Amino acid sequence: MSVTSIVRHRLFWPCVTLALLCAVNVFFNHNFFALEVRNGALYGSVIDILNRAAPLMLVAMGMTLVIATRGIDVSVGATVAIAGAVVAVMIGGTLVIKDGVQSYVANFPMPLAIIAALAVALLCGLWNGALVAGAGMQPIIATLILMVAGRGVAQLVTEGQIVTIYYEPFFFIGNGFLFGIPFALYIVAAVLLILLYLTQRTALGLFIQAVGLNPTAARFSGISARALVLWVYGFCGVTAGIAGLIITSNVKSADGNNAGLAMELDAILAVALGGTSLDGGRFSLIGTLIGALIIQTLTYAIYSLGVPPEINLVVKALVVFTVCLIQSERLRSMLFTHTARIGEKS
Amino acid sequence: MSLTRHLNPRTLPLIITTTLFVALFGFGAISYDAFLSPQVFLNLLIDNGFLLVVAIGMTFVIISGGIDLSVGSIVALTTMVSASLVQHHHWSIWVILPLVLLMGCAFGLLHGVLIQVFRLQAFIVTLGGMFLARGLCYVISIDSISITDPTYTALSEYRLALGEETFISLSGIIALVTLAIAIFIAHYTKFGRTVYAIGGNERSALLMGLPVARTKIMVYVLSGFCSALGGILVTLYMLSGYGLHALGMELDAIAAAVIGGTLLTGGVGNVIGTLIGVLILGVIQSLIAFDGSLSSWWTRIAIGLLLFLFCLLQRIIERSGLGRKAKSTTA
Amino acid sequence: MTEQQAILQMQGIHKRFPGVVALKDVSLRLFPGEVHALMGQNGAGKSTLIKVLTGVENADSGDITLAGKAIRVTSVLEAQELGISTVYQEVNLCSNLSVAENIFIGRFPFRFGRIDWKTMNAKARTALAALNIDIDVSLPLSSYPVAIQQMVAIARALGTEAQVLILDEPTSSLDEDEVERLFDALRKLKAKGIAILFVTHFLDQTYAISDRITVLRNGELEGEYLAADLPRIQLINKMVGREIDESSFARQTESGEAKASAGEPFLAARNLGRAGTLRPLDLDVHAGQVLGLGGLLGSGRTETARLLFGIDHADSGSAKINGVPVSLNSPRKAIRQGLAFCPEDRKTEGIVAELSIRENIILALQAHRGIFRFLPLRKQTQIAEEYVKQLGIKTSDVEKPIGQLSGGNQQKALLARWLATEPKMLILDEPTRGIDVAAKLEIMDLVKTQCRKGLAILFISSEMSEVLRVSDRIAVLRDRQKIGELDGASADEQSIFRMIAGGES
Repeated sequence: MSVTSIVRHRLFWPCVTLALLCAVNVFFNHNFFALEVRNGALYGSVIDILNRAAPLMLVAMGMTLVIATRGIDVSVGATVAIAGAVVAVMIGGTLVIKDGVQSYVANFPMPLAIIAALAVALLCGLWNGALVAGAGMQPIIATLILMVAGRGVAQLVTEGQIVTIYYEPFFFIGNGFLFGIPFALYIVAAVLLILLYLTQRTALGLFIQAVGLNPTAARFSGISARALVLWVYGFCGVTAGIAGLIITSNVKSADGNNAGLAMELDAILAVALGGTSLDGGRFSLIGTLIGALIIQTLTYAIYSLGVPPEINLVVKALVVFTVCLIQSERLRSMLFTHTARIGEKS
Repeated sequence: MSLTRHLNPRTLPLIITTTLFVALFGFGAISYDAFLSPQVFLNLLIDNGFLLVVAIGMTFVIISGGIDLSVGSIVALTTMVSASLVQHHHWSIWVILPLVLLMGCAFGLLHGVLIQVFRLQAFIVTLGGMFLARGLCYVISIDSISITDPTYTALSEYRLALGEETFISLSGIIALVTLAIAIFIAHYTKFGRTVYAIGGNERSALLMGLPVARTKIMVYVLSGFCSALGGILVTLYMLSGYGLHALGMELDAIAAAVIGGTLLTGGVGNVIGTLIGVLILGVIQSLIAFDGSLSSWWTRIAIGLLLFLFCLLQRIIERSGLGRKAKSTTA
Repeated sequence: MTEQQAILQMQGIHKRFPGVVALKDVSLRLFPGEVHALMGQNGAGKSTLIKVLTGVENADSGDITLAGKAIRVTSVLEAQELGISTVYQEVNLCSNLSVAENIFIGRFPFRFGRIDWKTMNAKARTALAALNIDIDVSLPLSSYPVAIQQMVAIARALGTEAQVLILDEPTSSLDEDEVERLFDALRKLKAKGIAILFVTHFLDQTYAISDRITVLRNGELEGEYLAADLPRIQLINKMVGREIDESSFARQTESGEAKASAGEPFLAARNLGRAGTLRPLDLDVHAGQVLGLGGLLGSGRTETARLLFGIDHADSGSAKINGVPVSLNSPRKAIRQGLAFCPEDRKTEGIVAELSIRENIILALQAHRGIFRFLPLRKQTQIAEEYVKQLGIKTSDVEKPIGQLSGGNQQKALLARWLATEPKMLILDEPTRGIDVAAKLEIMDLVKTQCRKGLAILFISSEMSEVLRVSDRIAVLRDRQKIGELDGASADEQSIFRMIAGGES
């Protein structure tokens, strides 16, 4: 089988789904693909979708690697909240009047705050990794611990308050434009390129697949599976941390209770929609990005259809069921061979 | 012989859980005067009856080797449907109750069929169910609907006196009855034992000729039923229907089961453990409430910490157990 | 000639899987009170035939009659209800349930609408007593060793009023004593008139217990024979389908080839042991020599290999490589010292089934190089294709998933994985297990070839004849302890057995 045919096979359904959603959007909004330049920045539905999907794309990329190692990380939402809380508390913003000009000054230098937030996110990831790789816990339960406790920790950091940020330079991360394109997309692109390089031009991809498919065989072949898994979770924590920064910057505040709520579910959904098996092994980063875009385009379509936004969840649920069914080998074999029988046989 | 029985790795977590509960309760009794009363204990059941019911369903699912993330939102949907039907459409409670229970079962059936027949992952399917049920809540109404129906109010306020100053609510009674039935199902019916067998080794269960497909689907139906029943109890407890009720309850239910000694790998666990798990979660909340100075987020952190300790304990037991097994089986 | 009526008859069974014909016009007859051995190489269609018989798979065409009545089996449960029960190679029970439950689940005794645990436990004790086993049936099955679990599986199979009992390689994980115990039980069942279908790879066991033998080859029926009328060598011929004479199975150690263990050993272990798994032992493995580990199952062979490769950690003793003390406490460290290890359980510890042959072959080499010194794809393909050619791995394309290869070819690919790392010492744990006779011979030839190239080799096999065939020296193990060493040239099965039996008190 040639490489192109594999990619085609794997990304076929995700692409079809995305294309269909775009078609729906175009049907209801003929200007869906229209772009315009305002104040040197690009605006349009597509840009809007991409920009809004940025945090999810980041988290979902980290999640893809975790899932490929036969794991899952349900704590990313909590990590988003923790990272957001840390950066918000450290930056905050104090009003100073200098030479008659009002301006806000950060509590700590912004780079330091960002590094601190990402370091905390990395720690969160490594904690998960240590429980999975070191203590040998089941990934879902190991990360469940942080999922349960994490929001408590975030609230501990913000002392239960919603912390508002007044320091303007920080807003650039989530709202700024660079060369007319939202800055957040550059972050996504950078992370994607790094990951593509690591998984295709180094042995990381092979090792992750081997560990995900057969951990014992991988260990016996000399792959240090534990270290690999540890750092994959660590990396997933970092992507959640970056997403936390973008979200916090975007809404200019940190809310320990609601920041990144249900993010883990959307991220897992994006990975699944992108054609990566939740059983581990073969994965597709591009597929995951398409999956994240499917979710965001769907949300957009619901708004443009004029359907009450509350129904978003119902539609999302139906999409989950539909896409899972489309990807189900079982359904395909049921449709294509008359001998398949429902029931006891495997 | 009796010593080895007591040190059985399967019952050890349960013993530790029970000890912990007694210790926590004892700590409360020493620290706060009003704590050591039967009513405080009964209040644990009154305030957490719905969680117990939901967690029992979850326990069956986990023992079978699956997971059900939809329980919290099915609880919410139940409150919403009940409130809407009784307040806006003035249906009788006696029609509503079987209807919502049936709805819970229907959700479970949907999950079970998708998981078993189409071989989809339980995680993703019940996640879809979670979105669906929460979404349907908002389709009914975005706002909370208060219930003023006299029957609901009466049932909500019903208290069965057990002594001079001790009493239990209807939801506490229902939770205990559910627990008794669950124990019977788990240990004395073919269905219950098949659930354990599937969790232990699904392929073996199939080769032993057990009705694996049917049982797995039924487990999710059972969980859906328990969620709906839990939802009814929440409706009575809150006297309202709201799409944001029971947010994150799936986590509490999973935590209660795990703290109660249920292995997430399936095959091991029991509902008595889940009861104690629920009581521990309840007693932590009571302790923090009694203290007054601790903020509510400490509850989350404490539950997380407990989960951590119990998972670690399970791992240690598993490892030592495995070591013993490896000695006797490998060549 | 008044021949007995067959209790079960399968006729004209066809079964096709996508791309392969698994069974082509196969017939089988089972007689009450007989043990019938089903023989054939891997891929001959034995397991498919059994799956058809037990309702796991549906045949495309063909008839099955049980006691004269045509039956159509569509599920395991249905097969059991008809009296056809199966015991599999891996114990297919639920180890989290109690012993009694494992015997009775699906047909619990009920009382007042609930499971009657008391009666069940009592009945379970009786059922096991019939197989000469007396254990606490209320404990979880996982508390007992595999041999007991196997017996529990048989007790379960018999409980369903079985007329036909199918044993699918039940002896693979049993030691000789346990096999004898199993055979005792089988003889009892035979006497009761139960028809037993016995699938095995072990020739000795076939002849020890079977009355009749059916041989399959490439999904077709080769023939049905009375065991007494079919000499061993002919049986092998029927299975392999080409002539092999006794001598190719015999040892090839010419007297000149048995080098004296002169000079410094490549690996020297002293007092190496691990509490509970292996008593301290000394072991010298020389470059250019094969050290065979002789001993019965459970004697500590795999444990020795796992200690040397750093999978389990030794808690006593030390190891030297080329005279330099080394600590072998992880596979990575062992690999860095030039060790390589083909594990016993090829599927779960060896291959990564979904990855391609190429990826499987370069896996250890790449792991050795680390994440960043990535082998370019072209180089990977070149290495893989080179070994495919050199070791005679039968495949059209190195990009095929390795899981699609036959057992023997998977084993060769595993060998290739290690040879690619240019190891100094190769540990082979049961490299010939579960693969057909022809492939076994090829693997053993490869072992000899690599040895001649200067590799030190530690060779483990349950088949004593294989150990004798390839080894220059043989370390004999018993009860997790090394009891002596023999020269490969002068040793024979008897001398090893005498050594193993010698310490019996």
